[in-house]
Amino acid sequence: MAAIEMKNIIKTYDDGFPAVNDVSLDIADGEFMILVGPSGCGKSTLLRMIVGLEDITSGDMIIGGKRVNDKAPRERNLSMVFQNYALYPHLTVYENIAFPLRLAKMDDQEVERRVQEASDVLELHEHLDRKPANLSGGQRQRVAMGRAIVRQAEAFLFDEPLSNLDAKLRGQMRTEISRLQRRLGITTVYVTHDQTEAMTLGDRVAVLRKGLLQQVASPRELYEQPVNLFVAGFIGSPPMNFLPATVNGSTLETPFGEVTLDDEKARAVAGKDLVLMGVRPEYFEDASLVEDSKRNLGSTFTARVDVTEWLGDSQYAYIPFDAPKEVEDQLKELSRELDSDQLRTQAIVSIDSTSRIREGRDAEFWIDTRKVHCFDPASGDNLTRDAEAGAKLTREAGEDREADLAANAERDGHPTSAQGAGTAPAGGSTRV
Amino acid sequence: MSRREKNLWIFGGILIVIYALFPIAWIVSLSLKAPSDLSNQQFLPTQVSWENYELILTGGASDLFLPALRNSFGIVLIATAIACFLAMFAAYAIARLDFPGKKLILSTALAVAIFPVISIVTPLFNLWRQIGLYDTWPGLIIPYLSLTLPISIWTLSAFFREIPWEMEQAAQVDGATTWQAFRKVIVPLAAPGVFTTAIIAFFIAWNDFVYGISLTSTNAARPVPAALGLFSGASQFESPTGGISAAAVVVTIPVIILVLLFQRRIVAGLTNGAVKG
Repeated sequence: MAAIEMKNIIKTYDDGFPAVNDVSLDIADGEFMILVGPSGCGKSTLLRMIVGLEDITSGDMIIGGKRVNDKAPRERNLSMVFQNYALYPHLTVYENIAFPLRLAKMDDQEVERRVQEASDVLELHEHLDRKPANLSGGQRQRVAMGRAIVRQAEAFLFDEPLSNLDAKLRGQMRTEISRLQRRLGITTVYVTHDQTEAMTLGDRVAVLRKGLLQQVASPRELYEQPVNLFVAGFIGSPPMNFLPATVNGSTLETPFGEVTLDDEKARAVAGKDLVLMGVRPEYFEDASLVEDSKRNLGSTFTARVDVTEWLGDSQYAYIPFDAPKEVEDQLKELSRELDSDQLRTQAIVSIDSTSRIREGRDAEFWIDTRKVHCFDPASGDNLTRDAEAGAKLTREAGEDREADLAANAERDGHPTSAQGAGTAPAGGSTRV
Repeated sequence: MSRREKNLWIFGGILIVIYALFPIAWIVSLSLKAPSDLSNQQFLPTQVSWENYELILTGGASDLFLPALRNSFGIVLIATAIACFLAMFAAYAIARLDFPGKKLILSTALAVAIFPVISIVTPLFNLWRQIGLYDTWPGLIIPYLSLTLPISIWTLSAFFREIPWEMEQAAQVDGATTWQAFRKVIVPLAAPGVFTTAIIAFFIAWNDFVYGISLTSTNAARPVPAALGLFSGASQFESPTGGISAAAVVVTIPVIILVLLFQRRIVAGLTNGAVKG
């Protein structure tokens, strides 16, 4: 187990394309770090540089206090789960899991003990004699994880490990991975483009865009205090709505009427003509269902609903709006970058599932203006980000995790039993 | 498919099989005929006789045929083994590594393969006589390598290319050196490819006649196809048809055994399950 430090990591391909551009990232010992971003953002490249399958153009990669830039993958003692599992088809499940141990010339008894331990954790006992070809997707996934946890690696690396599974299995394996990581308390780097995985698994999440690191923070901070338009649009599903708004003192004129800002936010947007107001779908509500006590904390507006989607526990309404040309272009560009080609400017609004709002009619909505953010349309920066509140959220997440690890340690006696004795619980050395 | 269409297909299939197998059946039939029976103007021998087999295995022609059989097996197996071994490394390098001259190697291999054998056999004959390789096993193994290596490299590199690169990377992350990853992961996965290549190489070398007849002169290295051409009848007025037929049947048998033996391994299916399909 070890901390991973990246200092100004750059990866340039032969054609001069910088896949990873000046990324500095500290991953604490025992931390679960997620690398997330749309396709082509360099997250997989970064992971492959950690493990040593990709050369580092410049910068320092430090694992457990040692610079590993020039070390071969086998000298770095990391274990990795590949997107397509990369199981050895000619070997049985047992031998697949034992493969790293056999390479390390471990004696048979020790191999037997370790493999049994790993298969205990992953419930693979009845499959040990089978070949990978005869296993289901989820079982293959577990074998790949077995191969990763069987040796005392410094860290686990996951490269989109769940993207080949169907939705139901994905949910199961997600909790499985989370449980396993907490139990073993081992440093983990996990690459995904699925933001549900990012939000649920990570202690901290690093959002990448075109090889540049945008923000590293706990999922809650990313959600509530995003640093810019990109992070705000990427995190959250359905995504945050961006409404063009003209600044007029402390009020914003939006396509959905006027919105009054509190003093702090008004100060932040002072001097700008046009901003993008970011409103998450759940900050909207059907005005007729809002209690009177809350009503004057936000503002109400009337709009024509294009489509509604009723999902049982929730309901979404789509409200088209017109945006000035330059804003529309920018929003289109953003949605293209986020892999979600949005065809028209529309707001997605989450309303109570009991709401009687129907499509094609005018309806009255309420916006909770306390939680809106304002973004600079030119640079994309979040003008109203409360850095202190964000840091607090990340700090709290770190404290929760330490408590978690401590509780696990107490319950299991040996939190890292599958990793053998001699490794201390990870909580103590955690940095937030 | 309608019944009528199905019957047509079956009929057509049978026709082609008969067309392809008839010469072989004829050879078998000839080999079972006694010398006096050879020109009986009918397909089947009037009486099955093992006289021809006795002639080549224990009789007068045996000191020509048996050493040739031994030479053929020895030379061809050695040439096949060397070709597969070398081709494995060459193909791996071509499939996996990026190095200057990669295209050159592949196109040179192809150029060597399409070069007519007959055009180099005369200079080779002179050279071999000069350096003492004439009428020796290595004197045939080397030209056979030039026949088998190009095709081996081509087929094997196609096989290697199909093995997902992640396999090897996974092995390296698991702690394997490049050599260990190659030996423990890539080679087992490429086994069907290696067998296919081995069989193709074996056929090519086994069937060679031109080198065999030109570069040998005695039983020291003469392979079977060349020996068959030197058969003579019991008297100079008798053609050795029966003996040649019997020998032809005998040399076909190892090829058939080889194919039956490795048929399953040739059918590649080993990479199933390596990656999610």
